[in-house]
Amino acid sequence: MLLSVRKISKTFPVSRGLLGNPTSFVRALEEVSFDVEQGRITGVVGESGCGKSTLGRCVVGLHEPSEGSVWWGGEDLFKMDVRKRRALQRRFQMVFQNPFASLNPRQKVREILFETLEVHGLLGANERISFTKDLLEKVGLQTGDLEKYPHEFSGGQRQRIGVARALVGQPELIVLDEPVSSLDVSVQASILNLLAGLNRVQKISYLFISHDLKVVGYLSERVMVMYLGRIVEEGLTAQVLQNPRHPYTKVLLAASDGKSVPVKGEPPSPVNKPPGCSFHTRCPYAEKRCFEETQELAVVDQSLKVACWKWDHL
Amino acid sequence: MVLRGVNLAIHEGECLALVGESGCGKSMTALSILNLLPSPPMEIRSGKILFKKQNLKDLTETDWRKLRGKEIGIIFQEPFTSLNPVIRVGEQIEEVLRIHSNIPVGEIRTSVYRLLTDVGLSDPERISEQYPHQLSGGMCQRVMIAIAIAGNPSLLIADEPTTALDVTVQAQILDLLFQMKEKFRLSVLFITHDLRVVRNHADRVAILYAGQVVEEGPPEKLFDHPQHPYTEGLLESLPEFSHKGRPLYSIPGAVPSPFAPKKGCAFAERCPKVENKCRQLEPDLNEKNKGHWVRCYYPSEK
Ligand SMILES: Nc1ncnc2c1ncn2[C@@H]1O[C@H](COP(=O)(O)OP(=O)(O)OP(=O)(O)O)[C@@H](O)[C@H]1O
Ligand SMILES: [Mg+2]
Repeated sequence: MLLSVRKISKTFPVSRGLLGNPTSFVRALEEVSFDVEQGRITGVVGESGCGKSTLGRCVVGLHEPSEGSVWWGGEDLFKMDVRKRRALQRRFQMVFQNPFASLNPRQKVREILFETLEVHGLLGANERISFTKDLLEKVGLQTGDLEKYPHEFSGGQRQRIGVARALVGQPELIVLDEPVSSLDVSVQASILNLLAGLNRVQKISYLFISHDLKVVGYLSERVMVMYLGRIVEEGLTAQVLQNPRHPYTKVLLAASDGKSVPVKGEPPSPVNKPPGCSFHTRCPYAEKRCFEETQELAVVDQSLKVACWKWDHL
Repeated sequence: MVLRGVNLAIHEGECLALVGESGCGKSMTALSILNLLPSPPMEIRSGKILFKKQNLKDLTETDWRKLRGKEIGIIFQEPFTSLNPVIRVGEQIEEVLRIHSNIPVGEIRTSVYRLLTDVGLSDPERISEQYPHQLSGGMCQRVMIAIAIAGNPSLLIADEPTTALDVTVQAQILDLLFQMKEKFRLSVLFITHDLRVVRNHADRVAILYAGQVVEEGPPEKLFDHPQHPYTEGLLESLPEFSHKGRPLYSIPGAVPSPFAPKKGCAFAERCPKVENKCRQLEPDLNEKNKGHWVRCYYPSEK
């Protein structure tokens, strides 16, 4: 298995008291487990604050989970020695949401792309130029763009630079954190086409994060729906989108079609999560049991998992 | 020029959606209706804005102030930045009522609570004592709607009112907006980049490209039988599960600069159907079918 995530939780201290001791905590992730196979696209969808970015960061090692483990090709990421981890790091890359903030404005594209090559001591000086030129063409930019600065590019082009940077180390997995959210639909379409092509031709796997179920559904083979730090439904995209089982997935699906939704209010704060199933405060089907029992993600049908005891009678 | 020859009509009780990508002039249209363009550098060179048969361009700044907020309610994209951060939300609504309604002073509080209840905020006594930062984005946007309808307007201008909100909250705010529209028989100018939202809510849709309306019509016609290649392109670039495995259409090139206009059709550079004629002379907006207008020499035959 290329990537395995086992029961990871992540807690952040939020406010601090007088002595600098944390006084409250956010449970940004709660007991999240899943696998990503070689060459697959796995989508992660959910609303703001549900823990998508935190999950992405844990997967590439930018955050260490408070509990649980992350396995890269059968090796425990947070237990392996530094040398090994550095060597593996280039195979697990991340592309960030904001194409304006994620590139160093003082670096030329060439310097941005060379960085990974230098860190890992890849290729000789002469090969580096031709390698990065090929890379730029692969992501739909021009070789002349090597000598330009990020501000000389549009939002869509910057996101292509972000993708090129992730590709430098010839990764096996790229975590894409909302790579198209800030783009207009026609530009978004061209980036989605690029990503789909790279996956098809080079068999690179993605953990593709978005709040937009349409985008996730278009690109991913499997989908994980998150709510308040937990996966509430996970399965093949066709299963999840055509016959959603969790009440929250049903709501997301309706909302993504521009239809009205049967929920009230907004997601509760992750600092004070409601007991039982976190969705019960907004769920139109909630009963007593939902307030009392945490709902574990359980297999309901072949490879479909749902965290709702009422999944079968909604 | 950022806007060129935009003609729009909104009828009583109707929702007109103005759709376009960033930089197409959507918000400019709203701001010019409201006389809120920063001037200089912006000015309205020509044209009329008729509101209940009165040309708004003839108004003085004092008249304008009376009109905005009373006859015309406004909701902007960022609920946090459009509310005053240092004034309790109840007082902000009160102020609108004091200026724009003739509700007796003694009844203003009750009216504030009623408005807050109208926009779906239970516990109005507590909410009205809070500052904007103590409320969530969705609640702020509900307060904005309360303020917008407080003066009992006949026209509501909503500029990307839900873009900053979470998807499930977006859906709730849209529901609320359209409930209010029905309840108070409001006309709505709804500005958005989101085609999916428009389909379910608008009575008419106008697609804006480079400061011009390129297609206008009822949503069913416009979505099922788009006539302008730009509209077609936009619709085909929307990702759908059913389209999986096939590349999405992506409109080549970028929106032209408003400061270097070329002759001919503004979309010519990016159009798959472009002919010589298109580069020579700009097409007019023509009525292709009843109520369905298109600015193109070669509209789709679909
Ligand atoms: N470094 C941090 N310190 C403290 N709290 C954090 C930190 N990073 C994230 N959080 C909190 O953890 C929760 C999950 O955040 P995260 O950014 O993962 O959500 P998200 O799903 O990516 O949201 P969005 O859609 O807005 O990007 C939030 O409540 C957030 O405030
Ligand atoms: Mg995020």
